Amino acid sequence: MSRAKLLLLQVIVAVVAVGLWHVLSTDDYFGVAVLPPFFFSTPGDVAARVVRLFAGGTIWRHLWVTLAESMLAFAIGSIGGVLIGFWFARKPTVAAVFDPYVKMVNALPRVVLAPIFTLWFGLGIWSKVALGVTLVFFIVFFNVYQGVKEVSPTVLANARMLGMNDRALMRHVYWPSALSWMFSSLHTSVGFAVVGAVVGEYLGSAAGLGYLIQQAEGIFDVAGVFAGMFILAGFVIAIDGVVTMVERRLLVWRPAVAETRG
Amino acid sequence: MTASVALRDVTIAFRLAGGATYTAVQHASLAVEEGEFVAIVGPTGCGKSTLLNVAAGLLAPSSGRVEIFGGALAGLNRTAGYLFQSDALFPWKTAIENIAIGLEIAGTPAADARKRAEQWMARVGLAGFGARYPHMLSGGQRKRVGLAQVLIRNPGILLMDEPFGPLDAQTRQIMGNLLLDLWSADRKAVLFVTHDLEEAIALSDRVVIMSAGPAARIIGDWTVALPRPRDIAEVRHEKAFQDLHREIWAVLKAEVLKGYSQSDEK
Repeated sequence: MSRAKLLLLQVIVAVVAVGLWHVLSTDDYFGVAVLPPFFFSTPGDVAARVVRLFAGGTIWRHLWVTLAESMLAFAIGSIGGVLIGFWFARKPTVAAVFDPYVKMVNALPRVVLAPIFTLWFGLGIWSKVALGVTLVFFIVFFNVYQGVKEVSPTVLANARMLGMNDRALMRHVYWPSALSWMFSSLHTSVGFAVVGAVVGEYLGSAAGLGYLIQQAEGIFDVAGVFAGMFILAGFVIAIDGVVTMVERRLLVWRPAVAETRG
Repeated sequence: MTASVALRDVTIAFRLAGGATYTAVQHASLAVEEGEFVAIVGPTGCGKSTLLNVAAGLLAPSSGRVEIFGGALAGLNRTAGYLFQSDALFPWKTAIENIAIGLEIAGTPAADARKRAEQWMARVGLAGFGARYPHMLSGGQRKRVGLAQVLIRNPGILLMDEPFGPLDAQTRQIMGNLLLDLWSADRKAVLFVTHDLEEAIALSDRVVIMSAGPAARIIGDWTVALPRPRDIAEVRHEKAFQDLHREIWAVLKAEVLKGYSQSDEK
């Protein structure tokens, strides 16, 4: 399928969906409101709200807060995941000792930690960062662990026959392999960083997209909720685009970029 | 004259999961003189690659000794270059980086290493392909890079484990000729493992035959008196080649059949 045709079809999907929403929410049919505006708002109202948020300039602060939280969560979680993942992979005893605890913490729904983080770190950005870190850490950790473990034995033997000592092996074999696994999970880990930030904001904060949505919901402002959701969707797509660009650069040596989406 | 590689009464056994031991190779003795090209041929699973790993120091023999230029080998064989059967290039490095890495590890300045890697790229017929990553190269091209990666370090001994096994017949002949060409420039000891008897005779000075495993032994040793330089594709049509092939095959055939019947039982 050509690019233009694909784009056309994609636009048609959006037009039909929004059109249906508009028709069903603005008119009664046989005396029944299929999508009562009180619960579903209307596309026009939502669009007007989005425009107003941007025109008034209030949205920028919230976007910035959510972005900062996401990036901090991603950075801290990734660094922790790489270090611990590397350590565990190189020291099987350590990995074996901690294995049940890692599984335990990873199985825990992270949302239940949010109240504790709020108590510990307050209502500011750090409680959201902490929540994001708990999500990002495990994705990066498992990928790096796998990456170090699954270096091809032949490549490893070759590296040793070429004269590499432990340090050189680390630099030329284990490290690139671990990073490649981490990069291939970039979409997932960045996505989870945003989830951590927004959920944290929703549960209690003073700024951010999650806060915006929660505030609107509190006063039954459905147009506000939908506006927040659409802005959030745009935000996530923009970030995903950046990740794809970064990924193309970093994984240029790979035959096809293998994505692990969560 | 001291041999480049000498295996003295080497036995290799593995402990299996159940506690039993599996003897892969038994009482193998073999010496490769300097400048000599020796091929080891045997049925699949006879432990010829295992024997090569012992010569490389990647594996310690259960009993017996390995001598490298007269000295006992302990740990990795630093004077050997090893060309593997499967892909052993670093996938995250470009072709040129893959070739230069051996020198860089040894402490050669990066610019120097790169320059010599460029020269090696040309010698293996890959000039201009330096910026490609392994996945962008064909199987034959990857083997060329692997060959340059090993030879750039100027190893005193060349160990090769069915290096051209995964390639198609034409590419194998081209690679064989390239190998002989590079090797004849400064003859090093070569230990070349293959299951292809024709390839073994065409390339080498001596052909060593192993019996079917387990507890494989060396059961034959033939000198290949064909003149060099040889063309791998053409040498096969010579009478001396065919006579030798027939003679060795008579011995090898029985082992190959034994090897098959054993793998069927398993």
